[in-house]
Amino acid sequence: MSQPKSLFGGNPAGILTRSEAESLAKRALSFAKADETAINIGSNARANTRFAVNQVSTAGNDTDTTITVRSTFGKRSASVTTNKSDDASLAAAVNEAEELARLSEENPEYMSDLGPQTYPPVTPQTISFPTAEDRAHAVKAVTDRARAAGFIATGYIESRVGTRALANSHGLFAFEQTGGTSMTATVRTPDGTGSGWGGANANDWSGIDADAVGATATEKAGKSRNPVAVEPGRYTVVLEPTAVGNLIPIIAFSAQARAADEGRSFFSKEGGGNKIGMKVADERVTLVSDPADNIGSSITGDGRPAEKIVFIENGVLKNLNYDRYWAQKQGKQPTAAAFGSMRLMGGDSSLAKMIASTERGILVTRFWYIRPVDQRTILFTGLTRDGTFLIENGKVTHAIKNFRYNESPIFMLNNVEAFGTPVRVSASEDSSPGGAIIMPPLKIHDFNFTSLSDAV
Amino acid sequence: MTNSRRDFIKTVSVVAATGAIGTRGLGSVDRLFAAAQPSVGDPTYRELTQVALDAARAAGASYSDIRISARRSQGVRTRENQLQGINDSDTLGFGIRALANGAWGFAASNILTKDVVAQVARDAVAIAKANSTVQLKPIILAPTSVATGEWKSPIKIDPFDVPIGEKVDLLLAANAAAMKVNGARFVTSNMFFLREEKTLATSDGTFVVQTIYRAQPSMNVTAAAKGDFQSRQSNDVAPMGLGYEYITDVNFVGRAPQWANEAVEKLSAKSVDVGRYDLVLHPTHLWLTIHESVAHPTELDRAEGFEANYAGTSFVAPPEKMLGKLKFGSKLMNIRGDRTQHGSLSAIGWDDEGVKPDEFMIIKEGVLQDYQTTREQAMQLDWWYKSQGRPTRSHGCSYAQSWQDVQFQRMPNVSLLPGDKDISYEDIIAATDRGIAIIGDGSFSIDQQRYNAQFGGQVFYEIKGGKIVGMLKDVAYQMRTPDFWGSLDMIGGEKSYFLGGAFSDGKGQPSQANAISHGCVPSRFRNINVINTGRKA
Repeated sequence: MSQPKSLFGGNPAGILTRSEAESLAKRALSFAKADETAINIGSNARANTRFAVNQVSTAGNDTDTTITVRSTFGKRSASVTTNKSDDASLAAAVNEAEELARLSEENPEYMSDLGPQTYPPVTPQTISFPTAEDRAHAVKAVTDRARAAGFIATGYIESRVGTRALANSHGLFAFEQTGGTSMTATVRTPDGTGSGWGGANANDWSGIDADAVGATATEKAGKSRNPVAVEPGRYTVVLEPTAVGNLIPIIAFSAQARAADEGRSFFSKEGGGNKIGMKVADERVTLVSDPADNIGSSITGDGRPAEKIVFIENGVLKNLNYDRYWAQKQGKQPTAAAFGSMRLMGGDSSLAKMIASTERGILVTRFWYIRPVDQRTILFTGLTRDGTFLIENGKVTHAIKNFRYNESPIFMLNNVEAFGTPVRVSASEDSSPGGAIIMPPLKIHDFNFTSLSDAV
Repeated sequence: MTNSRRDFIKTVSVVAATGAIGTRGLGSVDRLFAAAQPSVGDPTYRELTQVALDAARAAGASYSDIRISARRSQGVRTRENQLQGINDSDTLGFGIRALANGAWGFAASNILTKDVVAQVARDAVAIAKANSTVQLKPIILAPTSVATGEWKSPIKIDPFDVPIGEKVDLLLAANAAAMKVNGARFVTSNMFFLREEKTLATSDGTFVVQTIYRAQPSMNVTAAAKGDFQSRQSNDVAPMGLGYEYITDVNFVGRAPQWANEAVEKLSAKSVDVGRYDLVLHPTHLWLTIHESVAHPTELDRAEGFEANYAGTSFVAPPEKMLGKLKFGSKLMNIRGDRTQHGSLSAIGWDDEGVKPDEFMIIKEGVLQDYQTTREQAMQLDWWYKSQGRPTRSHGCSYAQSWQDVQFQRMPNVSLLPGDKDISYEDIIAATDRGIAIIGDGSFSIDQQRYNAQFGGQVFYEIKGGKIVGMLKDVAYQMRTPDFWGSLDMIGGEKSYFLGGAFSDGKGQPSQANAISHGCVPSRFRNINVINTGRKA
């Protein structure tokens, strides 16, 4: 494989540097007449390659810079987004945001923009970004392996680099690099009875091991052939880190203080208020969101430095997400959680030990089509996919047909038997890079499978 | 810089100098932005597209196309008695797709100058050539006729001409109407509008300019009492490919109290007993079941394995064992694909590779007849069309969500056709002895081959002896697709036809959103497995 190009050694085509972003924000602010004006700039390059049936199906590169102007008069606010950055377009965008704001209604919950913030010092990082040739080589690493086994590989590579800047008329200016890369592959057997998956997620291209992705997917495809049907019901499950990463971050999306305080959330306390300080999970469970895990999570949407937030510590709910308005109303500090990053602390077990200690259970590679069913219990439904196996007497004995489950991640975290070592996984449904999801394998009892699926 | 951009800047400069924008605001502001959009027949855009096609050909492309797209959107968000946000967004750019050595390449940029357009065209060809090194089977495109012309969604009122205050007032009035209902505690409501002006030129000589509109109003009412809460979404008002007239026509304010009442009623509804029931599915619910279990598995790229890594494959595969043979459902099941229904989300003059879409039967009397296709995919079914004495042509299902994304096969409108008899929703309930009626789409999930699905809904009613006897809650049904459609035994007539729709259906990597409508009629499905979703631990 050729050496990946470093985009942050120089100035990548089309991506704004700190000084360019600052000057663009200043130009936009110079047109502003509102009481308050905030500018949000995203400058991004994306490269992707898809492959299917052992060959590349589509590939592309694109770059774009978007500028969002939010103008406020008193408590009347509106925003306009454009991808045109010449003076005339910026002036038009500012004018339109101001006009929309003037014509809109007051928002009694409006919070004034923040003044300058202090950010921890950041060393600019070199983010490696793959060329079309790099990506085609990585694809070949997977398809060669699949073809050698007589199988069919399909998959996706996406790499993103960019910058993000926030500025406002009170003098706030924040800037950060953004980036992320993922590679996933689904390898199927030609008879259609076996399917295996492998995936990787990293801050940049240098963290992706295409060989490993291909090896895992190909091995699982072979082992998952000719699945047998097992009755649905409550089972002990051994969940690989990706399967854990598919389900656990859902808890953080549900952890909104306002919904909890208003009595419309799992985190609502009976009789009023929320469950902060109450035990909600097994005492070994600690769930955090840490900006240090990711590139591009160091600033919150309103310009504050992101902080490490502990949602659950030793099974006790420690934090919910408070926006600035709700925090002020409730006399709390607003939460400054990092976008998209989530880490579940691990333990001293491992996949091998979990399997060896299981008399009868199910080994799950990953979950799919995960959708909400009942927000009162964070109950979700979805299916197993691409490698589901029966464990009997401490050994993996059969490939089995996939299951639909109806289960809540919060119930799961009350039923944990063992934790392994956390690893970063590609947990998004569409394999987009997203944030850093770092999860251990888990062994859980009484996981609720409700029906069988014929899908392979 | 193009002529239209020069004109645009001139206009803005005048406005900026006087420091005043018209007092009605949005209408006049919109005209400023309108000047930056590609105007129909603009010679500058024709020139730019020619630069792209020439550069791609010179770099070695056997085929290329360029889409220049200007997309404007606006969202308004409210809760209870307050406005939460207004966002107006526009994006302008172009994407070039090139076929070289039998492989595809794609590149896109937001900089519309001749130099950049030519460079991006060469980039697209270079990517195609890089891809061709691992290509096993070259891409071949089915023939299509050269198209020139214009198309526009059938709107009456451009949403971007309507003052923002009117939109905010309408939503707040609807919220107030909902909050008047005793027990309704929270309400959110939104409006979202989109206008895309798209110019497509292909190396075959096609040059078409289209203006596409979409509108989506939505509301969610939550009732809460005694540690419980229940919500009702307004999703029986579907998103449509129409203008602002749709928002006023659907009587959002007048319907809000009903949604609020139903949210409150759900609090005291009976929790369903698990078991098998006959389901009477209202078209406001059934459209999503059709979307997931019929429309997705009949996408040819899925059937051929191209979506295995994300959206999945299909149980309707391989095509040679399925076409004309697969019994998908009962004889009452007739499914048609189209991009022509008035006001539908997928309606279009030409698709994103210049094909004029046709109306085609996917399932006829329960048996599979065809798949959804693009030009390259139609060639895969050449043998089938020949055996049927039909021309090998794309059904016009190529679509890209924006200039930044490459076009590929996306779902057209896929609809369940009405039965011959004049049967209504009420008639089906009257004919049902023990069942559950479901209104509105709710929770949904389906496996990667579209066999096993689970659907919730908005409102559920218990049917006994041909009558609705009360409301139920915690209802979801689980199904195996061919068994479910095989159990279809009663179907509504033409008068009961309703167009539901999905505003942002995801497929592809990078994932792209597509908007499609699904027409259908109330229908009955026998002996379906119903579960209770109201778990406590």
